[in-house]
Amino acid sequence: MNEGNFQMTRLSKWMEGAGPNSEIVLSSRIRLARNLKEIPFPYLASDDQREKIYSLVKGLVENNKETFENYEFYNLTELSQLDRQLCMEKHIISPQLVKDSNNSFMLLREDEAVNIMINEEDHIRIQCLYPGLQLENAWELADSLDDLLEERLDYAFDEELGYLTACPTNVGTGVRASLMMHLPGLVINKQINRILSALSQVGLIVRGLYGEGTEVVGNIVQISNQITLGQKEKEIIRNIHVVARQLIEQEEAARQALLNEGRERVADRAGRALGILSNARIIGSQEAMQLISDLRLGMDLGLIELDRKVLNQLLVVIRPAYLQKIQEKELDSYERDVCRATLIREMLEGKTH
Amino acid sequence: MFCQECKNKKATVHLTKIINNNKKEFHLCQQCASEKGELEFAFEPKFSIHHFFSGLLDVDGLEAPVGVPAPTTKIQCDNCGLTYAQFSQIGRLGCSKCYGFFGERLNSLLKRIHGSAHHTGKVPHRSGSKIRVKKEIKDMRAELQQKIAQEEFEEAAKIRDKIKELENEVKGGEKKNE
Repeated sequence: MNEGNFQMTRLSKWMEGAGPNSEIVLSSRIRLARNLKEIPFPYLASDDQREKIYSLVKGLVENNKETFENYEFYNLTELSQLDRQLCMEKHIISPQLVKDSNNSFMLLREDEAVNIMINEEDHIRIQCLYPGLQLENAWELADSLDDLLEERLDYAFDEELGYLTACPTNVGTGVRASLMMHLPGLVINKQINRILSALSQVGLIVRGLYGEGTEVVGNIVQISNQITLGQKEKEIIRNIHVVARQLIEQEEAARQALLNEGRERVADRAGRALGILSNARIIGSQEAMQLISDLRLGMDLGLIELDRKVLNQLLVVIRPAYLQKIQEKELDSYERDVCRATLIREMLEGKTH
Repeated sequence: MFCQECKNKKATVHLTKIINNNKKEFHLCQQCASEKGELEFAFEPKFSIHHFFSGLLDVDGLEAPVGVPAPTTKIQCDNCGLTYAQFSQIGRLGCSKCYGFFGERLNSLLKRIHGSAHHTGKVPHRSGSKIRVKKEIKDMRAELQQKIAQEEFEEAAKIRDKIKELENEVKGGEKKNE
């Protein structure tokens, strides 16, 4: 286990900015919830029981060295609060695990595209996070890892109810599929609220950047399936895929309309965003997120030349934990705003034409 | 009054802190307050999905599904000790056995959340092989009916034989386990 030098400030795979439809879909995520028979779920389990689950998975990983060659275990309890928060900002772990991580572990692939969490809300959670719209690929990978784990572990499975989970909202397939989407066109033409409320009628939930209870900033929303029981995994994924296609179409139409109505206006907006971001000395995260969104829109429409990777990275590096991690000290909100502005200036320097 | 932190937004969070007899007043906007962690000690009850769903449950049997008598004794899971009353407060089950002990009442909740209480997705390969065969038999029976309706009796006979084969397999497996 890597306990010492925890280097989380590297790039995650999802930030590469590649993948299908990456101008609108930032990332695709599949998460499977699995539990072992009879052992109480993590929040009720004793330390010994939690430890047992970890050692079972650990043994399994050691027996499959080839598959898990690029994986590493991290003991979340031994990481600092800041490091855990950083993992959340990179979308590797859930906000819940930042607060409560008693004997919780993660088995993280080098490129951070796969993370197997142990003793989160459920005994085991397999998460695959890909850039762009590739839910099917993420599902296939999660599915095969699930099969591998099941060869050795006795899952809690019921013929009628499927995979049994701590929360009744995950029972059945245990699958949560979600997409992070950037929808500035629909926000500008004010269609977004109507469209998003329609999504709830087809069994999807819309949330902010960091899941449950977080607000929508920088025109980025997360959509995911609500229902996990009664539908096949592929149906769940197809459903969300079909809706994503619709959203992409609507967003593209909105962007095209913006271009037709006033190319200069969109270019002006992006140009001003670039002006502020590359010159500001103090900047709050909300303002920065909005400006990054403007910049991204300008780039997607070919009005400003920029590297998508830089913008994806910016979404993460401006968050509080990341800033404090690279400064290697605690920062108050004013210091963070200064540090954020400096970092953005440095990252944009030489990246624009 | 503007927020003393960002000096930009209206201050809506007013705090008085007394530390070592020193009284200090803070006037912050929502955002700065939550960034500084001043909102942590719970002014606003944070919405939690667990509380929300546990609100859909009941303890007194008022909403017990039709045909299920209100419990006369305390419902409790033998394996982990979680009671139904505790579950309805926490909104989370204690272990996989709870699903069996809370049975019908849980099923009605699941129907409310998912619109179904019947899993149709993946079945584990190793431990679920018998369940998989059963599902296969079920699918084949449906196919058999279809073939008979279409008067494709030759095909139907083939399917019937396959079903028999699979059924024997399941029985054989059960005997071995005994």
